[in-house]
Amino acid sequence: MFDLTGKSALITGASGGIGGGIARALHAAGATVALSGTRTGPLEELAAELGGRAHVLACNLSDAAAVEALPKQAADAMGAVDILVNNAGITRDQLAMRMSDEDWTQVIEVNLTSTFRLCRGVLRGMMKARWGRIVNITSIVGATGNTGQANYAASKAGVVAMSKSLAAEVASRGITVNAVAPGFIGTAMTDKLNDEQKARILGQVPMGRMGEAQDIAAAVLYLSSLEAGYVTGATLHVNGGMAML
Amino acid sequence: MSDIADRVKKIVVEHLGVEEEKVTENASFIDDLGADSLDTVELVMAFEEEFGIEIPDDAAETIQTFGDAVKFISEAA
Repeated sequence: MFDLTGKSALITGASGGIGGGIARALHAAGATVALSGTRTGPLEELAAELGGRAHVLACNLSDAAAVEALPKQAADAMGAVDILVNNAGITRDQLAMRMSDEDWTQVIEVNLTSTFRLCRGVLRGMMKARWGRIVNITSIVGATGNTGQANYAASKAGVVAMSKSLAAEVASRGITVNAVAPGFIGTAMTDKLNDEQKARILGQVPMGRMGEAQDIAAAVLYLSSLEAGYVTGATLHVNGGMAML
Repeated sequence: MSDIADRVKKIVVEHLGVEEEKVTENASFIDDLGADSLDTVELVMAFEEEFGIEIPDDAAETIQTFGDAVKFISEAA
């Protein structure tokens, strides 16, 4: 099950904890992967770890021209983009009353607008191939909201609604568009929290532990597979029961 | 009929699965030939590929009929 041999996947934010886990899972299932991110060092290391079938494509997602160019670069490197995983994301947390326009705009630009641009960029090839999988990484806070994350939560809720709209547009062409919503996952992003904050959040997780990158990667692998062909416009919540949506 | 019109007609017939006789000068892709909006996007993509041209989105919106397509491509190619 879940054999991706012969498929090519572009993964953004592959230098991060969750993105790296996703890349490893798709690669292990047989896919050729293009690893995108801003920091080439970790991407090169990951590519070396994976061995063959791995390409490194540096891209700063706040640079619109670079984002427009990425799908073509990925198709040139791999021959096609059959699977797109929009995983890259940033936070600029601040109480709304103190949040600057710049903090708001940057987060929306990277998390929502670049995700849209990449989806648009890969659809032509997927339409012609009559097959495609887009998996957009959203967040539990896109559904629940969160103090200090008006920008981030709005961007992630936007990703969900955008994914549903695209899913409706391209379903007849064998292309699925879904979202995966991680809860509290141990990564560099959550390392920034202090122990008190972590303990408070863990108190809300029935599973009693933080999730791991592999938990998210498994959900992405499923939605990328041939077997998930009838699942589209869905959001798969992976959060240890933190929010049962 | 010109060579361009023949090639456009072939694409339309193949893509929309319609009979060749129905693809007339004033035949509307959506109203007469059963295309949906996504089909029209795909037709434009196919025209771009066949004729090696770029059809910008605002121009694509003006291509409603078989005749529109032949006219636009004849001028662009």
